[in-house]
Amino acid sequence: MYILIGGGGQVGYYLTKGLLQQGHEVLLLEKESRRVRQLTEELGTAVARGDACEARVLSDVGAERADLVVAVTGDDEDNLVICQLAKARFKVKRTIARVNNPRNDELFQKLGIDVTISPTRTILHQIEAEIPHHTLVPLLTLTKAGLGLVEVTVPPDSPAAGQTLQALRLPRSANIALIVRGDENITPSGETVIQGEDRIFALVTQDGEEALGNAILTEETAEV
Amino acid sequence: MKIVILGCGRVGAALASMLSREGHTLTIVDLNDEAFGRLSPTFPQGQTVLGDGTDEDVLRRAGIEQADAFVAATNGDNRNILAAQIARHTFRVPRVLCRIYDPIRQETYNSMGLESISPTIIGAKLFRDALLNPVVRTSSPAHSLAHGTSVPLLPMERDQAGRNQAGGRAQRG
Repeated sequence: MYILIGGGGQVGYYLTKGLLQQGHEVLLLEKESRRVRQLTEELGTAVARGDACEARVLSDVGAERADLVVAVTGDDEDNLVICQLAKARFKVKRTIARVNNPRNDELFQKLGIDVTISPTRTILHQIEAEIPHHTLVPLLTLTKAGLGLVEVTVPPDSPAAGQTLQALRLPRSANIALIVRGDENITPSGETVIQGEDRIFALVTQDGEEALGNAILTEETAEV
Repeated sequence: MKIVILGCGRVGAALASMLSREGHTLTIVDLNDEAFGRLSPTFPQGQTVLGDGTDEDVLRRAGIEQADAFVAATNGDNRNILAAQIARHTFRVPRVLCRIYDPIRQETYNSMGLESISPTIIGAKLFRDALLNPVVRTSSPAHSLAHGTSVPLLPMERDQAGRNQAGGRAQRG
């Protein structure tokens, strides 16, 4: 596979190295000549000097033959333009952009970027997962399916505590996959009774996430 | 019309001052406080917003949700492209304009439906016209290009004409 990478920072460097090891044809574009010299030392001919936001540069490195374009500069606007140019001018099928401002995630996808990766959001979720708050914690997003895996710990005063799953009348879009109670893993059925401090793992759509939050969380905690 | 302008550089500041004088409601956003010094002294106070115009919250503070038009005129092409697309797709601003220096990028985004202006192309065209049709700019046919030495005389003539005009305007105002 021919993979074109824009942005030779830390992410671009390790990404190029990893993909080369996997046997792909990789070209890393970096615009600063000093950085290019450093990168070339390590990666040899897999590095080229040039601004991946310039159509001429993309054309020079044969972007129309690229199977994948990955934009991982530190600037969201550059990553957006690299991917959009690749799509619009060079008909590249698949583009992946690093997104630094988590807010841009949705916008970039709306604008045709196939996959967005938000380190900020990932770190945020990781931290949220470590803090024992009674909120829905997104664990994994399945972009194509429009689904997410979320975790929520049932607050002791939850309206759902003491109720059966059936009684919660959750929509199909909120599918409870697993309940962890202490050391015990429970595969839930309609008769399973929910208790305070249960950790619920569910596959949800955006609507489902809201419904699940409304059913499990109390008013104070549901705000987040 | 309520207009939000991003980038208080020379173009952004001149455009904002111009439109404000013509009675439009303006908000101008810039990352740098000092940039607002470029605005004309008559530009209304409190219509400047300090912040990153590619951030939704900053744009909201600038009143983008009520704006009829948005102009992205920072000196970064990509920054303008991102901000203009946020204005268009996230806030559904009815009219969005964007400055893109790079003619190729400008052409690409224009074809994608993002209304953009390339000062590079416009500037080049103005230079070409000035070079190839110099007669248009001279006020007197006596000073045609045929006289090589007539060139230094032209600025003086134009200067006088300009001063007369300016004088006339001042009296009327």
